[in-house]
Amino acid sequence: MTDTPRLELIGITKAYPGVVANNNVSLKVMPGEIHALLGENGAGKSTLVKFIYGVQKADSGILKWEGAVTDIPNPNVARKLGVGMVFQHFSLFDAMTVEENIALGISPELAKSGLTQRIIDISTQYGLPLEPDRYVHTLSVGERQRIEVVRCLLQDPRLLIMDEPTSVLTPQEVEVLFQTLRQLAADGVSILYISHKLQEIKDLCHTATIMRMGKVVADCNPAEETPRSMAEMMMGGNLTPPERTANAALGAPQLIVKGLSVIASDSHGTDLKEIDFEVRTGEILGIAGIAGNGQQELMDVLSGEVLVDDPKSITIDGNSVGGSGPNRRRSVGMAFVPEERLGHGAVPQMSLWENAFLSGATRMNLLSNGFMRIRESEDYASTIVEEFRVKTPGIANVAASLSGGNLQKFIIGREILQKPGIIIALQPTWGVDAGSAAAIRQSLIDLAANGAAVLVISQDLEELFEIADRLSVICEGRLSPGRKTEDVNVDEIGLLMGGVANDPITEAAAHAD
Amino acid sequence: MIDFVVLALLTIITASTPLVFAAIGEIVVEKAGVLNLGVEGMMIVGAIGAFAVAVTTGDPTLAILAGAASGLVLAFIFGFLTLYLLSNQVATGLALTLFGIGFSALLGNGFVGQTYGGLPHLDIPILSDLPFVGQLIFGQDVLVYLSVFSALGVTWFLGRTRWGLAVRAVGENHDAAHSIGFSVTLIRMGAVLFGGAMAGLGGAYLSLAHTPLWVENMTAGRGWIALALVVFASWKPWRAFFGAYLFGGITIVQLHAQGFGVDVPSQILSMLPYLATIVVLVLISRDGSRARLNAPACLGRSFHASG
Repeated sequence: MTDTPRLELIGITKAYPGVVANNNVSLKVMPGEIHALLGENGAGKSTLVKFIYGVQKADSGILKWEGAVTDIPNPNVARKLGVGMVFQHFSLFDAMTVEENIALGISPELAKSGLTQRIIDISTQYGLPLEPDRYVHTLSVGERQRIEVVRCLLQDPRLLIMDEPTSVLTPQEVEVLFQTLRQLAADGVSILYISHKLQEIKDLCHTATIMRMGKVVADCNPAEETPRSMAEMMMGGNLTPPERTANAALGAPQLIVKGLSVIASDSHGTDLKEIDFEVRTGEILGIAGIAGNGQQELMDVLSGEVLVDDPKSITIDGNSVGGSGPNRRRSVGMAFVPEERLGHGAVPQMSLWENAFLSGATRMNLLSNGFMRIRESEDYASTIVEEFRVKTPGIANVAASLSGGNLQKFIIGREILQKPGIIIALQPTWGVDAGSAAAIRQSLIDLAANGAAVLVISQDLEELFEIADRLSVICEGRLSPGRKTEDVNVDEIGLLMGGVANDPITEAAAHAD
Repeated sequence: MIDFVVLALLTIITASTPLVFAAIGEIVVEKAGVLNLGVEGMMIVGAIGAFAVAVTTGDPTLAILAGAASGLVLAFIFGFLTLYLLSNQVATGLALTLFGIGFSALLGNGFVGQTYGGLPHLDIPILSDLPFVGQLIFGQDVLVYLSVFSALGVTWFLGRTRWGLAVRAVGENHDAAHSIGFSVTLIRMGAVLFGGAMAGLGGAYLSLAHTPLWVENMTAGRGWIALALVVFASWKPWRAFFGAYLFGGITIVQLHAQGFGVDVPSQILSMLPYLATIVVLVLISRDGSRARLNAPACLGRSFHASG
C-alpha cells in the first residue's frame, strides 16, 4: 500500500429541499482496502456514492482521486477514472442479452469486437460463470448480480462501489462473492462496500465509516467491533433486540394450505407447485427464500388477490376461502402486510386515517349503513400512531409523507389492532432501519404470544432465525417441509434456498410427514 | 390479366408506403419509451408542408424535405412538452393530432383544388425493363425506395449499433439507463424527432405521389393505423413493413372489389382495413403476457432525473 489514498472526500455537503443528505462528509479509501460505509436508511450513504459515481452533484466539497482534485460530472468520467459501481437495484435491462447489457455499461471502445471472449475470460478468472447470449429476464438474481460485477471488472476498476450486494444472495453465493472481492483487493483494487449486514462487514471489511443523518459519526475497525456495537453507533442509541417470550402453547391450526398449485399470471413470475403447510395459533412460521422464487405469488394467493379454483386448498380457522376475495378473508380473521408499502400496503395520496379505514372497515366496525364512521376511523388511526410509536405530525398526513420505517410500523399496527387470527407479512422489515425493525419484530412476537398465528415470508435469514418457531424454504415455487428453528442452521437453509436437490435431510423430513 | 395484377400490385405499394414510414418512425419512438399518439397530426402537417412546397417551387426534393421538416417541427413541440415539461404523453399526443388536422386545414386553404404532377419515377436502367417485375420493383419513385431502406436501416440501427442499444435501453428501464450514464431525455428527444420526420415523409408521400393534390383531412386515419401496426408488429420493423403492405393490400382489394361490383355495400368494404386493424389487435392482445414481453417496459412513462 502507498500513502496516497485512492479516493479522498473532503467536506462533501449536499442538501435537498428540507433535508441535508450529506453534511461535511470526509472519507479516505486506500488502495487495496475494503472500506465499509454504514448507516441507517436515510443516513446519506446512497447520496454519497452517487456523487462519487457522477450520478449526482454535491453542493460543496472536494473529491481527490489518487491525490489530485478531480471533478466527476457524469458516470462516463467516473468509469474512465476506474470507478465501477454495482447498484442495489440492478441497472439491467430485462429484455436484452447479457452481452448487450454489458456493452451498454462500458465505454464504447471496450464494447467493440471481441467482447464475448473477454466476458468469458473475466468470468472464468474470477469464478463468476455467465452466458453472454442469455436474456436477463431468464436469469436468477445472483446471476444478474454477476453481470453487474463482470461489467465493472471488464474496465479494470481501481475503485469498486458495491451498494448492498448481498441482500439478494444465498449464504453460499455470498461466500463466492467475498472470495472475488478479497481477490480484487489483493490485486490492489479499492472497494467501497455498503451493507446493513453487520456480521458480513465484520468478516470482510478492513475499515468502516459510520454515518448518521448525513454526518460521519465514527470510523472504526470492524474486526474489533461487534455487530451490536456497530448498530448502536449507527443508531446513536441502545439497540433493544426483540425478546422471545416463553413459547405460548400451540393451539389449533389457524391457516391450512393444502396442495396449492398456481400458474403465475406474469410470464416472469414463478408457478407455485403443490404447497402444503399450516400455521397454528401461538406460532410464527418463517418462509425463507431468495426473491423471485414464488413469494409474491404465494402472498397474492393467500391474501385473495389471486383466487384459486379449489376453495378447500386454503382454510382459515375452518373456513374454506380459496375462492374468496380479501374482504371475506379479513372477516374470518386474516390480516396482511404486503411487501410494497406504498401502493399495496397503503394508498400513497390518502391520509393515515383513510388508510386505516380502508383495511379496518369490516373488522373494526367503521361502516354504518354504507357510510364511513369518520370519528371512529380517526380514533382508530390515532391509536395505531400512539401504540406503535409512528412518527408523524398527525393522522391527516398522507401515507406517502412517512418514512419507510414509520409507514411500515403504521401498517403493521393497523393490522395487529384488528386482532387477527392469522397475520401474513411479506418482508416486514425490508428497507427499514434497525430500530424500527426491532420494534416490528417485537410486535409480531407479541402477537403470536397472545394467541395469533403469524406467517412471515422474508429474505432476511437473521430476522427469521430471530423470530420464527419453525422455518420453511420456498425455492422455484416449491415449499420445503417446516422444521423447528432450533434444529436447523443457516447453512442448511442456505442450501435449500439455492435449490440444492436431493438434500437427504429434507427428503427424510418429507417422507416422515 | 397480367396487366391488371401489375396495376393492382402497384397501387398496393402506393397505398402501403405512407404506413411504412409512419409505423417505422413510431417504432423507434416507442422503443425509446415514448408513446406519441400524434402520428396522424404529424402526417397531415407533413402532407400539406410537402404539397405547398411542391406546387410553389416545383422541386420534388425540396418538397420531400419540407414534408419531413414539418413532421419534425410538430414532433419537437411534442418532445418539448412531454420530455422537458413532463406533460402527459397520451393527452399531448391526442392534442397534437387535433392541432395537426386543424393547422393543416388552415395552411392548405389556398391550395385546395391545385394539383401536382406527382413524384418522378426513378427507373433503374435495364432492370426496370424486365417484364412484370420491372416496373413493379425497379420503377418506383424515390420515397418507395426510401421506405424499404428505412425498414432495413432501423432494423440494423436498433439491433446492431450502440446508439440503437441505447434507444432500447432508455425504453426498457430509464432509471438504469440514467445511472449507467445515458442522457434519457436527449435520446428520447432524438427518437421523437426521427419519428416526426418519418411521419412527415409518410404524409409527403400521400400528397406528392398517392393522390397528388391537397384535400383537407386527407390522411383519413392512416396515422392511427400506423400506431396499431406498431403493436401488431410487436415493435419489430420488418413485421411493421409487411403489416403495412397487408393493410395496404386490404385497402386496394376493397377498392377493386367495389370496381368489380361485388354485391356488398361499399361502406362495409371501406370499413375493411379498419376492421382488420381491430381484429388483429384483439388477436394480439389475447395473450397479454406475450405483448408485455415485447413492449418496451417504460413505454409512456415520464422520466425525471430526480435527486
